[in-house]
Amino acid sequence: MKRVVITGAGTINALGLNVPDTLAAMREGVCGIGPLKFRDVERLSIQIGGQVHDFPPEGQYNRQQLSLYDRFTQFTLAAAAEAIAQSGLVFSGELSAKSGVVLGTAGGGVSTWDDNYRAVYEEGKNRVHPFVVPKLMNNAAASHVSMEYNLKGPSFTVSTACASSNHAMAQAFAMVRSGMAPAMVTGGSESMLCFGGVKAWEGLRVMSRDACRPFSANRNGMVQGEGAGIFVFEDYDHARARGAEILCEVVGFAMTSDAGDIVTPSKSGAARAMAGALADARINADQVGYINAHGTGTAANDKTECAAVADVFGPHADRLMISSTKSMHGHLIGGTGAVELLACIMALRDGVIAPTIGYQEPDPECALDVVPNEARDAKVTVALSNAFAFGGMNAVIAVRAV
Amino acid sequence: MNVQDQVIAILADQAVLEPADVSMTSRLEDLGIDSMGIVESIFAIEETFDISVPFNANQPDASDFDISSVASIVAGIERLKAEQG
Repeated sequence: MKRVVITGAGTINALGLNVPDTLAAMREGVCGIGPLKFRDVERLSIQIGGQVHDFPPEGQYNRQQLSLYDRFTQFTLAAAAEAIAQSGLVFSGELSAKSGVVLGTAGGGVSTWDDNYRAVYEEGKNRVHPFVVPKLMNNAAASHVSMEYNLKGPSFTVSTACASSNHAMAQAFAMVRSGMAPAMVTGGSESMLCFGGVKAWEGLRVMSRDACRPFSANRNGMVQGEGAGIFVFEDYDHARARGAEILCEVVGFAMTSDAGDIVTPSKSGAARAMAGALADARINADQVGYINAHGTGTAANDKTECAAVADVFGPHADRLMISSTKSMHGHLIGGTGAVELLACIMALRDGVIAPTIGYQEPDPECALDVVPNEARDAKVTVALSNAFAFGGMNAVIAVRAV
Repeated sequence: MNVQDQVIAILADQAVLEPADVSMTSRLEDLGIDSMGIVESIFAIEETFDISVPFNANQPDASDFDISSVASIVAGIERLKAEQG
């Protein structure tokens, strides 16, 4: 078994167009959620989200690329460029042949579906652009990363709703740990902030109209975000041999399925995933200093997640910190675990715990230290990142300071 | 613009060339337009002339629309416009 470390990180999300800006915003408790701006937004009852602004695709990609890159692919490529540059890896020879890319997304090219359905249904057009299919397919982002960086090993896309990127990173971790791949590019991306994407979510009646306030008694739902988080997972010996900077070690993961309800979360499914990640990492519960919560700000998730944490950690649940950065960047759905892993890395490397902002009233059913409203300095050696998806599919990743 | 100039503009755009570099005798493969470029060009021709081009990328040679050169494309468009107009 190989040790697995992270040697590169990249992101784009409502808090920043790169990792340093995102972490600075998390430290400052910046809220990236605001009024949505896109066509027909006035016909939505939910008009807020963690939207990425100041990212005009025209300046970054040429016309041919734009005809093939949905916004979720654009986000992925931007974040991958940052992560792979930081890692310093150049993929050639055997490294290229064995290294791959595993990414998560729930919806893939949602705005491409939306734009083209609008063209044929609303506008009555009878033909669409030839590249609609390769643009919207869920694996488009992973494929373009593989082509851009010459990644010829195991590559695919994982889709498990809000746990997609955690499941993807778990696969990448398992491949590096087993020795199958010396390095893997992994993470996730999502871009559902378009008329049809938000309209679909409105139907569930779980969206907030004003703010995402995880764990706060007056919370009233989730708020969607968009963006990507991409990492380079690498064999520790490989990274050390080339003198790479190591951001943290990935030490374990677990995946569970509730086998219960299609939308309602299960305490035991979440608890088994957290306990499983600890067991896989061979770490004791009392070593965990920080949990990046799934923390959606819905009534169902937050109390279930807190109860699961109490079950797994016992008395230590009152000593660890647990925060939801969705309060700042929104819920990136299939990309959310990847962006949230950045908060874990910041905790391990910088000793800064990202806050849960928008917190206004304690909830007795969420009576944990949720790091309300302001970031906190603390020394943490082990952190967990939780993702609990619709469909009852859960994935938890454990990371440790190196 | 007449049909010929419009076709040259479409193909030049696709090949990232100046229209002056594309002539009636130019062949698409010589212009560097690959199979995806051909499909995009067909799309642009359909949009520009409001016609439906019978073209199957699996069997380009069997299609009832000769895309081998600028001249053959122009002739095909003239015929389709007459048929579908």
